[in-house]
Amino acid sequence: MSDPSLILFEVFVRSNRGLDHQHVGSVYASDHEQALVNARDVYIRRGEGVSIWVVKTDDIVASQESDVDTFYDPMDDKAYRHAMSYPMPEGVKNI
Amino acid sequence: MSDLAPELDNFQQKIDDEQRIEPKDWMPEKYRLNLIRQMSQHAHSEVIGMQPEGNWISSAPSLYRKIVLLSKVQDEAGHGLYLYSATETLGISRAEMNSRLQSGESKYASIFNYPSLTWADVGAIGWLVDGAAIVNQVSLQRTSYGPYARAMIRICKEESFHQRQGYDIMVKLAEGSKEQREMAQDAINRWWWPSLMMFGPHDSDSVNSQQSMKWKIKRQSNDDLRQKFVDQTVQQTEILKLELPDPDLKWNEERQHYDFGEIDWDEFYQVIKGNGHCNRDRIKHHVSAHEEGAWVRDAMTAYAEKKAQRKEVA
Repeated sequence: MSDPSLILFEVFVRSNRGLDHQHVGSVYASDHEQALVNARDVYIRRGEGVSIWVVKTDDIVASQESDVDTFYDPMDDKAYRHAMSYPMPEGVKNI
Repeated sequence: MSDLAPELDNFQQKIDDEQRIEPKDWMPEKYRLNLIRQMSQHAHSEVIGMQPEGNWISSAPSLYRKIVLLSKVQDEAGHGLYLYSATETLGISRAEMNSRLQSGESKYASIFNYPSLTWADVGAIGWLVDGAAIVNQVSLQRTSYGPYARAMIRICKEESFHQRQGYDIMVKLAEGSKEQREMAQDAINRWWWPSLMMFGPHDSDSVNSQQSMKWKIKRQSNDDLRQKFVDQTVQQTEILKLELPDPDLKWNEERQHYDFGEIDWDEFYQVIKGNGHCNRDRIKHHVSAHEEGAWVRDAMTAYAEKKAQRKEVA
């Protein structure tokens, strides 16, 4: 897409009531309203969703895996944060 | 009939069909207000709930117990934030919720108005208080309002650690010296009844229950959830070889549930009214923590202004 007057939008779709919106892709459009229409045409032609969010791609700030090591630290040294690190007495139920 | 009748029918139909209500959907004003009340109260409970345990972080008996408790209290702060964020989708600001908490207009779980006197209390809170909260929250994973249900799913994933670390403290004390066993028993004696009160008044006396059940904000009644908690906790107490402080507690073969004694409702309402041991302290501490954090908010505003100025110059 080379038309400089068009804006890139990221598209998020809620596939069913009760679920979070999920990123599905992007569309070009001249404004938010048009982006919604385009997103509907591109991404939910077969009832894949009940709600669409469009967000200007430029408005999304993303972290980079390489930015900071600790940003994605899985905290493997903090096993105590997991329920499984507390052995329960034999026979105890519902805990 | 009002003009809203078709919308109302449509709304109730979605709920009857087990669909979730999402923020942009039409909803009755009472549904919205009822949710704001319940969800903000839930959020406040997470936040105020940090206090009785937070007091023990620096006094926990080992470095290990300190980091465990610190992690747990950190999770509670996170749970408060998940819930405030979900409540904001109903059109109320976080600042407004905060001011309603501090003015006393909004409530929080009355259990956090009891003092945490000994290390065993930290165990009892994790095991019993979080245990009771889990029973309630598992049920709320199916609540009719989408953002609330999703917040509950996130929270429940993290709660199991909370309850187990508490039970683990109780196991260690129960296996310990005579004094330690007595300390554990004393904590159970003080926390058991307030834990049962966490489920709220009897169904017959609960002013909000009926409408909440019809709208599926609540999925199970106060008394049903309380019974479930009692049933599962008896066996856990037996494993500890400790006792629940209720002479009327006994298995009812016919009902296939435990019978248990009557809650002291006068105490319950007194604590809700603000006359518990710690009501004033909890709010006072919340206000001072908020005021002491003012410099952080000021610094953020100053930074934003400075950045905006730089942008203008450039």
